[in-house]
Order: sequence, then structure tokens, then C-alpha cells
Amino acid sequence: MRKIFDFHGGIHPPENKRQSLGEPIRDAGIPGQLVIPLSQHIGAPSAPIVAVGERVLKGQVIAEAGGFVSVPQHAPSSGTVIAIEERPIPHPSGFRAPCVVIECDGRDEWLPHTGIDNYPGVSPSELLEHIREAGIAGMGGAGFPAAVKLRQKPGATVDTLIINGTECEPYITADDALMRERAADIIAGAEILRHIVGPAETLIGVEDNKPEGIAALRAAAGDSGIEVVEFPTKYPSGGEKQLIEILTGKQVPSGGLPADIGVVCQNLGTTVAVRDAILDGRPLISRITTITGEAVAHPGNYEVLLGTPISHLLELAGYDATRNNRLVMGGPMMGFTLTDTAAPVVKTTNCLLAPTEAELPTPPPAQACIRCGLCAEACPASLLPQQLFWFARGKEYEKLEEHNLFDCIECGACSWACPSQIPLVQYYRASKAEILQQRRDHDKSEQSRLRFEARQERLAREAEEKEAKRAARKKAAELKARQAATGAENEDPIQAAIERAKAKKAAQQQAAGSESEVDKLEQAVVTASKRLQTATAKLEQARAEGSDLVDALQTGVDKTRAKLEKAEQALADHRAAQGNGGALSTGAEAAPVDAAQAAIEKARAARAADADLSPRDKARKQLESLQQRLAKSEKRLADSRNAGEEDKIVEALEASVERLRDKIAATETELATHAAAENH
Amino acid sequence: MLEFISQYPLLAALLALVGLGAVFGALLGFAAVRFKTEGDPIADQINDILPQTQCGQCGHPGCRPYAEAIANGEAINKCPPGGEATIHALADLLDVEPIPLDEEHGEEKVKAVAYIREDECIGCTKCIQACPVDAILGAAKQMHTVIASECTGCDLCVEPCPVDCIDMIPQEENLQTWHWQLPELGRANVDVIASDLDTDRAA
Repeated sequence: MRKIFDFHGGIHPPENKRQSLGEPIRDAGIPGQLVIPLSQHIGAPSAPIVAVGERVLKGQVIAEAGGFVSVPQHAPSSGTVIAIEERPIPHPSGFRAPCVVIECDGRDEWLPHTGIDNYPGVSPSELLEHIREAGIAGMGGAGFPAAVKLRQKPGATVDTLIINGTECEPYITADDALMRERAADIIAGAEILRHIVGPAETLIGVEDNKPEGIAALRAAAGDSGIEVVEFPTKYPSGGEKQLIEILTGKQVPSGGLPADIGVVCQNLGTTVAVRDAILDGRPLISRITTITGEAVAHPGNYEVLLGTPISHLLELAGYDATRNNRLVMGGPMMGFTLTDTAAPVVKTTNCLLAPTEAELPTPPPAQACIRCGLCAEACPASLLPQQLFWFARGKEYEKLEEHNLFDCIECGACSWACPSQIPLVQYYRASKAEILQQRRDHDKSEQSRLRFEARQERLAREAEEKEAKRAARKKAAELKARQAATGAENEDPIQAAIERAKAKKAAQQQAAGSESEVDKLEQAVVTASKRLQTATAKLEQARAEGSDLVDALQTGVDKTRAKLEKAEQALADHRAAQGNGGALSTGAEAAPVDAAQAAIEKARAARAADADLSPRDKARKQLESLQQRLAKSEKRLADSRNAGEEDKIVEALEASVERLRDKIAATETELATHAAAENH
Repeated sequence: MLEFISQYPLLAALLALVGLGAVFGALLGFAAVRFKTEGDPIADQINDILPQTQCGQCGHPGCRPYAEAIANGEAINKCPPGGEATIHALADLLDVEPIPLDEEHGEEKVKAVAYIREDECIGCTKCIQACPVDAILGAAKQMHTVIASECTGCDLCVEPCPVDCIDMIPQEENLQTWHWQLPELGRANVDVIASDLDTDRAA
């Protein structure tokens, strides 16, 4: 006799199993429609590979695995795909999810399929591939892809393979029924798993409340080496970690997997599905589901095609909606309330519970926690449910994690034990989800931060590159300018030569085309006389009005007259010179003579013009020139000061400025006397 | 010298203390240089808590500057995308009282994802330039689109769009994001089973 261990805590709720064991497994038949959700398992949803309107055969793949942790889906019966759309699914949220809907033709026509005759001669990895292609996901409730769970890490050894036939939740008898009726299939499946995993020992764990099942299994196992272990009934001994502890005495480390301590655990239903897949080539298209509760007339176990609407099953079992207070999928401890009976049976639907109000009453309002500690005594994971409850209410997520919230298996033993009817598990589920959400958000924000920083870096780099380019361009331009400047200096003699040549040419042209020169001079005379006219007119007007501007206008008129005279003189001289030049010589030599002559004539004209001026005008002219000189000198002085030249120079400049100022003052007085004299 | 000191015990004590002071001072000085922390660790921790939407609703150009501002004493309630959870986390970290969200900077909203109505997009690239996390794909005169998984829902792309073709679509709860809620206190009907205690008593 094998040594049996015990785990901490646990409860003994009423079993209520005999109601559904009165009759053998019945076939639920083929419903009118089958609704296959694409996500019946843990992991990525499957991807549909059939089109609407396509005819499918029983066992045909209708959706393939959407990732490594995923399984394909198969058509449970022959018919036509009439829709791929969102339909209600069995989920506590009551949400709809993508499903493939098949209209059954009732012919139940199989796709040709064959099993593997001699599986011991086939490698485990090939068998795992078959299991994966058969769409097998854990049928105990969680729905984890079986092939992924059975795949071993390289180098890891498995001491114990455990087939979980515990079925510890009240009401559920699906595995019990399998043991009673299909013990040989279970043993065959266990043999296949043993071949794949290669453990030192293979155990089938069953609670002692299923004596018929145990007897059948022992008879089927014979001397195959597969040991059927019987142990006392206690909830939740069917929990994977609890069962491992019961059978081996070893505890799975917190946050670890059974594989870490050399154990692989599979559900009994999954084992049968593996046998069907390997020996018959039959994918997972049906399962045994318990329908029980006082609101159904014929409780029992049904072999149901996956995708069968729950309403179809309920009808078979004689469901009385008026007596039912709520419809539960799963057991009374870990199940959830179904919101829609149109939802289908899926790979994890082990039980449909339709209790009356008296049977499973609506929980009364929760009372305050009295810190009795019953929950801690009941907890199979040795946690402190009471502390967790306070932290969950206070949303102290860090504390929750410190108190190993994630080791909670959500078995509901604490809620069941609580005398204040506090829905403790609900708090833990919500807190777990919240923490996971926060982790996801944190990962997302971390990603966003990295992207943001990468972008900032990129922008900075681009700005830098732009700046560098701009600087390079500027430098190039400067270099070019400098080159041009130095080039000009270098070319100076040439440039000068060019300039000289140009000047010569211009002079020649001037000599050659004197007509234009004459024109110019004539033009000048005309403009000057015009100006004189306007100026005189203005002067007349000013005089008539008695304006203050008379003096200024007078000066203007005088000046214009002088200019006119000059222009006339220049024209006359030019004409005379041309006449002379033409007589004396032609060509280049004529030009200098002309120019000198012109200068002399100009000077003369200027003197003559000056002589014509009144003393007052002379004084004014002098004043103007003095003022110009003063401005120049002052500028010079300022420049010298700024340039920081020697004191002597600055002093000298200052002295000259002073002198000029004196002169200006003198000239001004002179001008004033002239003005006074004229006015008198 | 030693004799002189031994004659004056007060002097000996004084010298000993000064000597010790000098030794420890040198040690501390060395440690300060040798084990110098780079950057501002508090600002880093704060930045770690902020949601990194880079939306600028707090009045800072990004989450990092706000984290630095908080480290320098700015209020912790200016982050609408983070909401209550962020305020609580910051209050925990900085050991201050949590305060309600400052409404001036916006309200806590359901997380949204930008969606470009692609028929209306004229390909101006203005939203691409506005996106702080490079979550918009496109080129000049080409249709743009948002990479939903990278979008932080910061709203910054909505304003610059000249044809107003960007919608902020609130993310609805789906099967992947759904989770159990905390039970309401005193609520009679909770959808968790695990309570057939009365049956047991009756049985």
C-alpha cells in the first residue's frame, strides 16, 4: 500500500454526486446547429480556415492553431458552415466571441481517419504533434493545450506521471462515469502518455468516494504497472498542486510548475481524448458533460458534441427554468453563472448545474469579517485569506503580492468556510486581474517610454545633423568669399589693366561720338533753365505772400542761375573745343588736350560764377564748406578717439576742430552783417 | 611634544577628536566621489510610475519632465491618464497623502486609441509629427494609419489634423481585457458560487 500524504486545509462540502450517476452515459445527439468558439482553451485563439457556405465533414479542421500555445478546432459533425461571427460563449463576462457556426445535415459523415497502429514505435514528439493536431486541451476546466504541457524541456526527467481522476467538486461525475464505463480506454490513454513522458511511475489518483470507478480501473490496469491510488475525499484534492502533494508528498514551489519537481499531471478526460486521437485518429469533437441539479428531470452524464448549444442539452435533460434560480457552468465551488443558454458546450464544460433556490441559495449579504480564522484553516495553499481580503479591499496590491496572492488556486474553500458569507474568492480574482492589468499597463508604458525616448533622440540627432549641414554650408560660403577676395587682389593688375583699357575705349568713343556729348550738355542746359524758371516762380510767389522762406529761395534761384550759366558755358566750350580738336588732330591724343582745356574752362567758369555772386552769397558758400570741413574733422576726431590713437594726434585734431568752429562763427557774423546791410 | 600633550589631557582629547574628524571626513569625502549616484533616482522611480502617454496634460512636455518636477516638489495630481491609481502609487512612493485628481488638467477617461478615417486622410504628415511615440505610419501625400498597439491615446494628433479625420476610440472591454470586479460591499447577489454552506447545514 502506497503512503498517502495530506495537504493543508481543505473542506468537506456535500458531494451531491449520486443524482447524476443513476444512469449510464447517454448520447446527446446531433443538434441543428453547432457553434464552435475559436477560443475554448488557454492561449491564442484559433484561426478559421473554412469559408461561409463550405461543407465540412465530421472531424475536419475548421480552424488552425493561432500560435504555439493554441490548438486547432474541428467540425464535430458534418454540415455547412453558415456563419463565422460573434456568438454568446460560456464565459463569466457574458461577452460574445468569434465562433464558427455549422448547420448540421444529420448525416454525421466522417472525414476518413486512421489511428496509429503501433504507437510505441513512434517518437514522442510525433505523438505530441498528433495530440496537438487533434485539438486536445485540458478537459478538467482550465483548458491548457495538452501537447504543450506534455512537452518536456530538454534534459528534464519526469519521475511521476499523474492521471487526475479526483473530481473533487460536488455534483460533477463526468470522470466518474468515464472510469465506470471506459476504464480500458483510460488505461490505454495512460499507456500512451507514459510512452510520451517516460516517467519512473504512473499513478491514477482517485478519491475514495468513487469505489466503482476505482474497481473498474484496477481491473483494467491489471499488471500494466499503472497504479490506481485511492485517498480520502476532501475538497480541493483535485487541484493539481494538492494532488501532487497527496501522492508524492512534494510541494510545487511558489510560482513554479509541477515539471520543476519532476511531475506531469493530466486530467482523466484528457487521457481518454489522447487515446482516441492516437489509436483511432479521432480529434477532440465531443466530451462527457454532467447535467445535474434539482431543476432538471433527468440528471446524468451526456456525451456531447462540442458546440452543442446548452439549451439543447437542457431540453434533453428535462430542464425546468421556473425552478432554477441560476444556471452554473462548472461545479458549485469554482463554476460561474451562465447568462445565455445559447452558449455552446466547449472543451472545458465538465458540468452544467441547474439547482433550485433551496438547493443552492442566493448568497446572503456579506457580514463584517470577525477574524475567526476559519478561512486560513480551510486554505489548501496555506495562505492567509483574511489578510488578503483586507489588502484586496484596500487595493494594496504590493502587499497582496507579498502575501503570495498568486498562489491562490481560487478553489473557494475560504468563501465556503466563511461564517460571514464574504465572497473572498471574488476579491482575490478581482485583485489578481487588477495586478495583471497593472503589469500589462506597466509593460505598455515602458514600451511607450522607450519609443518616446528613441523619438527624442532621433529628433535631437536630426536637429544636430541639420545644424552641422548649415555650419558646413556657411563655412563653404565664407571660404568661397575669401577666395574671391584674394582672387580679386591677385588679379588686381589684370583688373586694373582691364579698367584702363575700358577707360581708353570710353575716351575714344567720347571723342568719336561727340554728338552725344553735345546732346548731354544741351540737355543739361535745358534742365537747368527749367529749374531756374520754377525756382523763380516760387520766389515770386513767396515774395507776394511775404514768406520767411524768401531768403532761402533767393539763394536757390541764385545757385540755379549759376548752374545754368555753367552748363551754357560748358556747352559753348565743348562746341569750341570740338571745332578746335577736329582741326588740330583726331584720335586718342585729342582727348587729353580736350580734357585739360575743359578743366581750365570749368575753373574759369566757376571763378566767373563766384565773381557774379554777392558778398553775402560768398559768405554763405564759405560757411557751407566750413561746416562740411567741420563735420569731417569731427568725424576724424571721433574715429581717432575710438581707435585710441596717440594723445598728440587727438589734441591736434581737437585744436583743428576748434579753429574751424571759430571760423564758422566768424563767417556767420559776416553773413549776418551782409544780410543786415542788404535789408537796409 | 608627547610629554607636553600628556601634561595637558584636554589638549590630548582635542587632538584625538580633530584627528578622528579629519579621518572620517576624508572617508566620507572619498565615498561621496567613489559611489556617486548618476542622475536623479527619485525622478526615475516617479517616471516609472507615470503612464508614459507623453500627452502633456500635466503642462510638461512629456512624462519625464513631470517626474522631475514632482521630484522637485510639484503636485502629484496632474496626470489624468494615470488617474487615481497613479496618484496612489506616487503617494506611496513619496510618502505623502494621496490627493484627488486636479480637474484643471483633465479627467480620467477610458483609455482610447486614435483611429484615422483613412478615406478622409490627405496625407499631410501633421499627425505624424505630433505623435510622441511614433505610432503613426505614413508619408507625405500617402494615407496615414495608427499602429494601435503603440498608441498611448494621448490625443496630441487630433488637434493638428487639418481635415479632422482622427477619432479617439475608447477601448471597450473585451474577452482579453475583461476581469472580475471587486464585489460591492453589502450586495446580496454575487456571481461567485462557492457558497452552498446552507445546503451543508440542511444536509
